[in-house]
Amino acid sequence: MSKMTESADDMTKSTSPFLSLTGLRAALRDGSISSTAATEAILTRIETIDPTLRSFVTVTAEEALAQARAADQRLANGEKTPLLGVPVAIKEILCSEGIVSQAGSKILEGFKPPYDAYVVSKLKAAGAVIVGMTNTDEFGMGSSTEYSAFQTSRNPWNIECTPGGSSGGSAAAVAGGLAYGALGTDTGGSVRLPASFCGIVGLRPTYGRVSRWGVIAYASSLDQVGPMGRTVEDTAVMLQTISGYDERDSTSIETAVPDYEAACTGDIRGLKIGIPQEYFIEGLDPEVKAAVEAAIEQLAALGAEIVDISLPHTKYALPMYYLIATAEASANLARYDGVRFGPRVPGKDVIETTMRTRALFGPEVKNRIMLGTFVLSAGYYDAYYGRALKARTLLINDFNRAFEQVDVILTPTSPTTAFKIGEKADDPLQMYLTDIFTVSLNLSASCGLSVPCGRDSAGLPIGLQLIGATLQEETILRVAHAYQQATEWHTAHPPV
Amino acid sequence: MSETLTKFEAVIGLEIHAEMLTQSKMFSGCRVVDSVEAAPNSAVDPLSLGMPGMLPVINRSAVEMAMKVGLALNCEINAYNAFERKNYFYPDLPKGYQITQYAHPVATNGYLDIKGASGETKRVRIRRAHIEEDTGKLTHLSDGRSLVDYNRAGVPLLEIVSEPDMRTAEEALAFATKIRQILRYLDVNTGDMEKGIIRFEANISIRPLGSDALNTRVEVKNLNSFRSLTSSIEYQIAQQIETVEGGSVVEQATLGWDEDRKQTYSQRSKEDAHDYRYFPEPDLPPLIIGPDWIDRVREQLVELPDSKLRRYLTELGLPSYDAEVIVEDRPVAEWFDAAVAAGGDPKTVANWLINNLFALMNEHKQTIENSRVSPQGMVDLLALIEAETINKNTAKSVLVDMFLSGQTAKTIVEEKGLAQISDDGPILTIIQTIIDDNPQMVANYLGGKDKLRGWFMGQVMRELRGKGNPALVNRLLDQKLGELKKR
Repeated sequence: MSKMTESADDMTKSTSPFLSLTGLRAALRDGSISSTAATEAILTRIETIDPTLRSFVTVTAEEALAQARAADQRLANGEKTPLLGVPVAIKEILCSEGIVSQAGSKILEGFKPPYDAYVVSKLKAAGAVIVGMTNTDEFGMGSSTEYSAFQTSRNPWNIECTPGGSSGGSAAAVAGGLAYGALGTDTGGSVRLPASFCGIVGLRPTYGRVSRWGVIAYASSLDQVGPMGRTVEDTAVMLQTISGYDERDSTSIETAVPDYEAACTGDIRGLKIGIPQEYFIEGLDPEVKAAVEAAIEQLAALGAEIVDISLPHTKYALPMYYLIATAEASANLARYDGVRFGPRVPGKDVIETTMRTRALFGPEVKNRIMLGTFVLSAGYYDAYYGRALKARTLLINDFNRAFEQVDVILTPTSPTTAFKIGEKADDPLQMYLTDIFTVSLNLSASCGLSVPCGRDSAGLPIGLQLIGATLQEETILRVAHAYQQATEWHTAHPPV
Repeated sequence: MSETLTKFEAVIGLEIHAEMLTQSKMFSGCRVVDSVEAAPNSAVDPLSLGMPGMLPVINRSAVEMAMKVGLALNCEINAYNAFERKNYFYPDLPKGYQITQYAHPVATNGYLDIKGASGETKRVRIRRAHIEEDTGKLTHLSDGRSLVDYNRAGVPLLEIVSEPDMRTAEEALAFATKIRQILRYLDVNTGDMEKGIIRFEANISIRPLGSDALNTRVEVKNLNSFRSLTSSIEYQIAQQIETVEGGSVVEQATLGWDEDRKQTYSQRSKEDAHDYRYFPEPDLPPLIIGPDWIDRVREQLVELPDSKLRRYLTELGLPSYDAEVIVEDRPVAEWFDAAVAAGGDPKTVANWLINNLFALMNEHKQTIENSRVSPQGMVDLLALIEAETINKNTAKSVLVDMFLSGQTAKTIVEEKGLAQISDDGPILTIIQTIIDDNPQMVANYLGGKDKLRGWFMGQVMRELRGKGNPALVNRLLDQKLGELKKR
C-alpha cells in the first residue's frame, strides 16, 4: 500500500461513523478531522437513521455543535482532555442541566433538571460532545425499551428486534454508529444486556466506583452508571472519565482510579478464568452456548487457565433482585407527586391531584411499586425483603469464594440473542428471565462487562459476560481486550 | 376528684422533637433558616425538594449535637448507627419517605433526674434519642387550596423518647422543662416553642394505684407549649378515669390538642397509616461512631445545669432560690461565673444580678448577652461600694447609667462627681447651717420629738446631694444633736 492510498484511506476512515472512539480521538488530535465536522456527520446520521432506530428521545443538536466548536478551539490549543470533541450519547435517566431528562416516564415528561449528574459533568469536563438523550425503559425497569413511555428502540442488526434494555437507546445508538460511546445505567443488567443484543461492549462498574449523584434512581443499592462502546478500549476511555470518588454520593468508593486504557495490554497469560456450571442451564440457547464455549477455547489459547467453579446461590439471584429492587423502587418513586417538579394533573384536592398525577406511571412501574410496597409491609417484611437481604449475603459469599480461586468469571450475558419486539412485552416473567445471568453481579460487589463473541444463525450478536471481583475493572477489561485482539466480532457493523 | 386520684395513677412518657441548630440541613448543604420568619421556599435546594437523582450526605455537626445531648442525658452513644427510610405519603414530605434512625439510634439507655412534687429527686429513664429530618409545612386555605413551604424540610431533628416514668402532669412539665434547658445549654436548640422548633408528644395511660400494669395508652401529638403539655395530660387523665369508672376501656388513639377549647381531638392525618415500611436507607452506609469521636465530643461539653447548681449551693453558698434562677439560662450562669471569676463576692453578685440587672434587662427587653453591663463592670461597681467611694443608692443609679451608656462605673462616678463625701469638715458645716436655719425644728426636737432626727438626716443628705457617707453623716449628726441636748 502506497503512502497516497494510506492517507486517502485515513480520510475515509475518519469520516466513518463506525470509527472507534480512540480512532476518532487520534484523528481529532492530529487535526485530520474537526469535532464540528464529526458532530455534524453524527447529527446528519441521526437525522437519517434514527427515525428507524428510535434510539434518541432528545437530540441536542444546538448544544452539541456549540460544544464541538468549543472543543475545536481547545484542540487547536493543543488540549488533550480524554474525550475532547468526541460525540457521545447519554441515557435520559442521567440528569442533564437544562435538557429534558425524563427517565422514559410520562411522570417526568419535559423535566429539565437544574443540575448535571456527576457523570454528565465529568463527560463535559473531559470535553465530550453530548449529542442527545437516549431511550430507556421507564425508570430503567425493563429489558427491551418497550416499557419506555415515549418510544420503542430498534436493534440495528434487525429492526424487528429489541436492542435490549433498559439502556437500549444507548446500545442502539452506539451499535448504529450514532455515537462513539454512550452511558447507560445497570441495575440488573441494563448496560450488559443491550450491549450483548447490539454487539457492542457494555461495562457495569463495581457499585461505588461511579457516583450516582444526579442519576434518577430506580434501586439505589443496585444502580450504577456504565459505559458502552464499540471496542473494549473505547469503553475503557469512557469508564476512565466517569469513575472516581464523589463526596455527594455517600456510597461512592474513596480510592484512586487506575489507568483503564493501560490495562488493555493484550496479555492474559496465567490468568484464571472460572466457568460457573450454574450458568450453563436449560433454556440457554444452543447457539449462544456454542459461541461462549468457542470464546472459552479462544481465551485458553491466549494463555488463560480455565477453571470450573460453582456459584451455588445463583438460582436465587433473580427472585432476590425483584424483592430488593422493587422495595427500593417503591420508596424512590414516592417523590413523584407533581408538587415540586414534573407534570401535575390537577384534581379537586391534594389527594386527587396526587392520584391523577401518579396515574402517569406506566403499568410495569406500577407493578414494581406495588410489589415493592408489598414486600416491605408489616407481616411480610421478614418473609420477603428481610430474607432477600440475608440471601444477598450468601450470594456475595459465593462470589468471594469464587474470586479466591479465579481472577475472572465467564458466563453468557443472556440465555438468548435479541428477541422480537412485542414477543415478551405482555409477559413480565419472561421479560424478567432475560436478566437471569446479569442480576447476580448487581447483588454482589462485583463488576462485569459484556463483549461480543459471535452471531447466531439469524445474524444477531451474542454477548460474553466477564465478571471481576470488587474494583477489578482492569482485569475484565484486560481479558475482553485480549479477546477482541484475537477476534473480529467487534469490527462487524450492522446493516444500517 | 380527690377520691378518684387516690384510686388511679397516670403513666406518662414523653417524646421530644427538637430541631438541631446546624448551619445546614441534615443531608444537604442547604442553609437552615428561621422557618417562621423566612419567605416560603427561600431555603431549599434540589435535595430538600426531593428532586430526582439527589443523594443525602450525613451532616457531621448534627451527629455531634445529637451525641452531646445523648451524653448530657447519660445515654450510651452507640457505635453502629444506621439510617432507615420511613415511608408515608404527605405533601409536606418531599421524598415520600423520611430518613430516620430506627433500629440503630445514636443514643440509648440514659436518664434525667428531676425534682418531684415534694422536692425529692426523681429519675426519669431515657429510652433513646435518634436523628431524623424534619418535614415541610402545609397550610390549607379556605378555598380548598393547600400551600406547602419546604424551608423546614430536611432540617435536622433529634427525637428524644423517655420511658413512661412520670406519674403527674407536673412531673412531665419538670422533665420537659429540663430537657429544654439542656438543649439550650448545649446550643442545640433555642427552645422556642412558638416557632415549633421544639415540640412535645405525650403518651398517657392510667392504672389502679399500686399496679405495675402498662395499659392502653393515648398519644397526644404536637404540643408546642408547656401549658398545652400540662393541660392536655390533665385532661386525658381525667378523661381516662371517667372512661374506666364508667365501665368502658380506653382505646388506643392519636390525638391533637385544642388549646382554645382545652380538649383533645382525634387526629385524622398521615398517622392513620401505621405501616411505615421501614427499610435500611440504601443511599447511606452505616455510620460508625468510634470511642475517639465520643471522647472529642465529650470534651466539648459545657458544664450542665445540675452540676452548676450543685456548685453554686455547696461551693459558693448561694441560697437555693438564687442558684436556681441563675442556672436557668446558660448565658446568665456564664455571666455570673465570669463575675465570680473576676473577684466578685458570689452572694453580692447574685443579689445585684437578680434584684437590679434583671429588672433593667426586663424593662429594656434585653438579654444578658447584649446587656452593656459586663461581669467585670459589675465587679468594678461593687468594688466602689466596698471601698465606700459610693453608697448603695448611688451605685443603683450608676448601674442604670452603665446599662444605658456602656460606660464604666468609675467613669460615671468621676464625671458626675458622685464620690461620697467622707470628710468631717464639710459635713459639719452643713449640719450647723441646717440647725441654724431651722430653730423651730430644733426646738421641737429638743422638746421630745425624737423622730425629727430622720428629718435632719434627710436635709443633710439632700444638701450633700446623696454623696454623704451615710455612716459618717449619722455619727456627726448624732454628735451635733447631742451637743444641743446637753445645753
